[in-house]
Order: sequence, then structure tokens, then C-alpha cells
Amino acid sequence: VQRRAAIPIFVVAGGLALLVLLGFGVFHQATSGRLDDAVARGQRPPLPAATLPRLDSAGSTSLASLRGKVVVLNVFASWCSPCADEAPVLERAQRRLAAEGATMLGVTWRDTAPDAQAFVRRFRLSYPVVRDVSGDFAQKLSVVGVPETFVIDRRGRIAAIRRQPATEAWFRQVVEPLARAKA
Amino acid sequence: VSRRAVGLVALASVVITLSFAPAGVTAAPARTTLPDVEDEVMCVLCKVPLNVAEAPEADAERRFISSLIARGYTKEQIKRALVAQYGPAVLTTPDKNGFGLSAYLVPLLALLGGLTAVGLLWIRWRRRTGPCIAPPPPDTPTAPADSRRLDEELARFDA
Repeated sequence: VQRRAAIPIFVVAGGLALLVLLGFGVFHQATSGRLDDAVARGQRPPLPAATLPRLDSAGSTSLASLRGKVVVLNVFASWCSPCADEAPVLERAQRRLAAEGATMLGVTWRDTAPDAQAFVRRFRLSYPVVRDVSGDFAQKLSVVGVPETFVIDRRGRIAAIRRQPATEAWFRQVVEPLARAKA
Repeated sequence: VSRRAVGLVALASVVITLSFAPAGVTAAPARTTLPDVEDEVMCVLCKVPLNVAEAPEADAERRFISSLIARGYTKEQIKRALVAQYGPAVLTTPDKNGFGLSAYLVPLLALLGGLTAVGLLWIRWRRRTGPCIAPPPPDTPTAPADSRRLDEELARFDA
């Protein structure tokens, strides 16, 4: 009887293993809702730690080194036309943010360095840009398309998320008050 | 005559070898083409092979590959350059960590499971069919007493 039951047990165990694997895959992919929900509830999840290579020069930038100032992290790609539409808005915002001691930080996504450099030159972006070569950092932020923008407070926590092109109005209503806030 | 024939054959071999050798040694490797690379790398955004991808990001990847081809890069050099720009996800082979590991483990586990199931079924089949093909009982000689009794009974039956 034990031997006869071995095959069904084996088949059921295999099926369960596949279901667990599928569940893990779905769970692994579906984190964006959790991050966005947390921010919408007023929580401030920590920005994932990362050290990313700089676009304009050798070396890299640790995101932890930016603590103490508000950072507006914009994930973009040179091949993305909404990113091109958004770029002048970001550069104007950078000038206002710099006056408050805050900064924009560009993060290239699924892009080559030469194309991203041409994009920066074309739109005369004055803020630093880093490269997320593997896409791992963007994945931790649940980036599924570009442009997406994250406002990081002085303590390195995500204070606001915008998963569509940023506008002047959004900067004035959401970002600049955060940049002026002391804490 | 045979020595002369051998000499002629050797000479012909040398001439043929020399006539083909420069071409083989100096011929430039075939130039890499876009279709040759496209089917071995991924569109990292759309997660499909680049040769079937139509996203703007795929066009950017194709432009990058074409620029490297124009600079004389080989396919392997182009793949390395793509990995430097897009990370290992640009190659068609899945990641060897995280969820990508399942792409390697699931077929292996399925194979092991299949082999185990076949093994179990074979053992079961052997046990079930064993008694049916048991050899016939040996042709043992009849004991003298039994033989005598059999003769008596047959004689009684005939009578």
C-alpha cells in the first residue's frame, strides 16, 4: 500500500512545489503596490541602498552619501519620448531645488551610456546622473516604465512617488514643500 | 615507376596545400551582422529576443549594436559591450540567481522526478508480473511407492 501511494504523493508534492515557485515569482514581481501604498498612507519606506556608476565620469555615487539633503531621483531613458518632454521641467526644477539645498539625481534605466550622455547634453541637464546598469536598483523601486520620480527626504526615506512624467505643478505642490521642510 | 608516382603525388599535394593555405590563413573572419546578434540577445525592457522586439528601447539597442558592427566588433565583443551597458539580463540565458535560478532547477527536478516515477513503475511492474512467468515445476521422478500405487489404481480403473 505504501509503495502504491508513493507515486500520487510524489505527483502532489511536485505540483505543490511548482505552485510555491509560481507564488514566489508572483510575490517577487508584485512589490510596487506595497511601496506605493505605504507612501500613500504617509509612511516613508527607506530608499534601497545602492552605489551606482556616474554617467559623466569614472567612479560611482553611494546614495547613502546624499543623506542630509532632499533628493529628487528621476529614473529615465534616452529612448523614452515622455522623458524628453519632461527633461526641461526637471532642469528648471533643479535650479529652484538647488536654492533650497536639494538636488535632482538622474538614474538611467535600460540605456547605453553614449545615448544617455547625448540626452544630458541635448537637454543641458546640470544635475548629476548615475547609471543603473543591471536594473536591480530600479527593480527594488518597482520601476516598470519611465519616467518615474521618487522624492527622498533628508533621512534617506521615500517621501513621494510619481510614476508618470513630472510636471511643474507637482514640483510646486509636492516636492518644493518637502525641500523647504527642515525635518 | 612507383617512386616517381609517389613523388608526383607528393608534389601535387604540396602545390594544392600552398595554393589554398594563404586564403585560409589570411581570410578575414565573416563580418558580424545585426541579425546574427539580434537572435542571441534580449530586449531588456520587453523581455523577448531582440529580433522580435519592437519597443523604442529595442531600437536603441539595435542602433548600439549597429554602431559596434561599424567599428568592426565581433559578436562576442558586442555581447560583452551589451552586458556592460545593460547588465547580464541582455543575454538570452536566464539569471543564475534569484527567481531566474528556477529556469535551471525546474527542468532538472522534472527530469529527476520523471526518472524516479519510471523507476517506481518499473519496480512495480516487475513485482506484479513476477508470478505469471514463474518457471514450470521441475520434472521430478516419481517415488517407487507412488509409482506402485498409481499402477494399482490404474489396474483397478481398467478392471
